[in-house]
Amino acid sequence: MKILVPVKRVIDYNVKVRVRTDGSGVELANVKMSMNPFDEIAVEEAVRLKEKGVASEIVVVSIGVQQAKDTLRTALAMGADRAILVDATADVNQDIEPLAVARLLSRIVEAERPDLVLAGKQAIDNDMNATGQMLAGLLGWGQATFASKIEIADGRAVVTREVDGGLQTIGVTLPAVVTVDLRLNEPRYVALPSIMKAKKKPLEERTAAELDVDVTPRLKITRTVEPTQRVAGVRVASVDELIAKLKSEAGVL
Amino acid sequence: MTVLLLAETNQGRLATDAVARTLSAVAPLGDVHVLIAAGEGAEEAAKEAAALKGVSKVLLAESESLRHGLAEPAAALVVSLAAGYRHIAAPATAFARNILPRVAALLNVMVLSDVIAVHGEDSFDRPVYAGNAVQTVQSTDPVAVFTVRTSAFGAVGAQEPAPVENVAAVADPGLSSWIEDAAVVSERPELASARVVVSGGRGVGSKENFETIIQLADRLGAAVGASRAAVDLGYAPNDWQVGQTGKVVAPDLYIAVGISGAIQHLAGMKDSKVIVAINKDEDAPIFRVADYALVGDLFSIVPELAGKL
Ligand SMILES: Cc1cc2nc3c(=O)[nH]c(=O)nc-3n(C[C@H](O)[C@H](O)[C@H](O)COP(=O)(O)OP(=O)(O)OC[C@H]3O[C@@H](n4cnc5c(N)ncnc54)[C@H](O)[C@@H]3O)c2cc1C
Ligand SMILES: Nc1ncnc2c1ncn2[C@@H]1O[C@H](COP(=O)(O)O)[C@@H](O)[C@H]1O
Repeated sequence: MKILVPVKRVIDYNVKVRVRTDGSGVELANVKMSMNPFDEIAVEEAVRLKEKGVASEIVVVSIGVQQAKDTLRTALAMGADRAILVDATADVNQDIEPLAVARLLSRIVEAERPDLVLAGKQAIDNDMNATGQMLAGLLGWGQATFASKIEIADGRAVVTREVDGGLQTIGVTLPAVVTVDLRLNEPRYVALPSIMKAKKKPLEERTAAELDVDVTPRLKITRTVEPTQRVAGVRVASVDELIAKLKSEAGVL
Repeated sequence: MTVLLLAETNQGRLATDAVARTLSAVAPLGDVHVLIAAGEGAEEAAKEAAALKGVSKVLLAESESLRHGLAEPAAALVVSLAAGYRHIAAPATAFARNILPRVAALLNVMVLSDVIAVHGEDSFDRPVYAGNAVQTVQSTDPVAVFTVRTSAFGAVGAQEPAPVENVAAVADPGLSSWIEDAAVVSERPELASARVVVSGGRGVGSKENFETIIQLADRLGAAVGASRAAVDLGYAPNDWQVGQTGKVVAPDLYIAVGISGAIQHLAGMKDSKVIVAINKDEDAPIFRVADYALVGDLFSIVPELAGKL
């Protein structure tokens, strides 16, 4: 079984995000970038499936700027076999929208013919939570989103999904798109030898133009602002004082 | 112009609060057709939707294939009805997040997730970067497909019931099948709409200790929430997680107990009206957003608070 894992390069989740004062967007120059945390989980799951003998090959794909090669190298170090960079823009500030990403991925899928696409549930920069579902729609494949458990057997994936009321288990016929949630696994720590070894693994480059996909955004970002900030309130010394304040001052009890 | 609003039902019951809040978000865009995609036995849900303000018609599709909210048949149904609508919306629940992006892709348009303000027919606000920035975006697509962050809107009231029309489900592509729901039935208010939420974090220490959080919540008639750490460690079920990747809440009162206040957690609760934080670390970041800060050991504070309420 072949697994395709799309991995996105995003601002590291520990970085305090700053909005540019002119409202044009978020400051991305000189900030630490990392693999989207959900995509790390997807890569880890693919590698575990390979270690179990369920998967035979793992191909990772990243779409965006040249710097996304670093993200691909990390995925290779974790255990992916091959990487594809789709060069879609030279501007680090241009986020490629989920629809365009899904179109590009559908082209890669047509060429690579994977049995399973394992994507992250959400990119922590645009917080869209859309690409996997869009890709499944474009391909006419089944989808299982927000996975906290995946079992592959008899040409289908049995997936436990984290939903609003608890957990839902569904079966989806392969090929399919599965998007992963936080509790699926804990990604491994990548040791130096694997990073060195990953440098020798194949990394192929394509362009959006070559794949004939228009990446012009459908959503024009007209303004980016910081949300209204809360100000720290008061310290209360005791439970009695807290109750008194909640009753008289805040009026919520 | 008319909005098509995809509503969620649960065992034949309408997710009324989420629908009523979404209706107030889309009210400036025109009248609304509510689409109910469910298994047989959703007539009551349809009637309930018909009596919510702003609804001019309810479209009721009942079919076994729609009973469990599987994305493929639900998206195919929405797409079959999409012609003529300028907007297709839904509350940003797990149900709709699963379906609407697929709908958008099939219509060859983008989707907007978590809309928190509607400025006009093509202009919307949405949070990005765990709510550390808010973008105003203009959709250039012929149809705007979006989910609404319900905590940012109030609920609409009632009206004289609008008509209910049955619509046919489309053939199930049979790509996925339902196996099981492990739903937790609870008498407590729902997280997303509760007036008071009490949440526990890693500091609570164990599943057994989480009972003290639950007792406090019950004293207050509150919903119970949790940080990701508390859920990961098995102290609380996954559907209690509040945050960037969990539920977003904005109650009148949010009490954070043994939660440090990581940005991913703040993303889910910082729009609460009043925030109380209980933490033994006086430098915990949660105190920067708290209206009332109580520094101390939760194991003495929480029982005392529950006892005195
Ligand atoms: C991609 C991604 C998505 C995420 N999404 C979410 C999300 O949706 N929601 C979320 O919550 N997190 C999320 N996180 C995790 C987040 O970054 C934090 O790790 C998490 O919120 C920490 O949980 P916590 O505050 O319970 O634990 P900790 O940070 O460990 O804090 C525990 C707190 O308890 C206090 N404490 C300990 N003992 C006591 C005591 N006896 N009395 C009083 N106080 C005590 C400590 O002082 C400390 O402040 C996400 C992370 C990533 C990478
Ligand atoms: N530019 C990209 N390159 C590679 N994968 C991506 C890209 N954008 C999104 N994805 C994948 O789609 C998932 C969901 O992203 P989103 O829909 O943007 O929240 C991510 O976790 C990735 O797996």
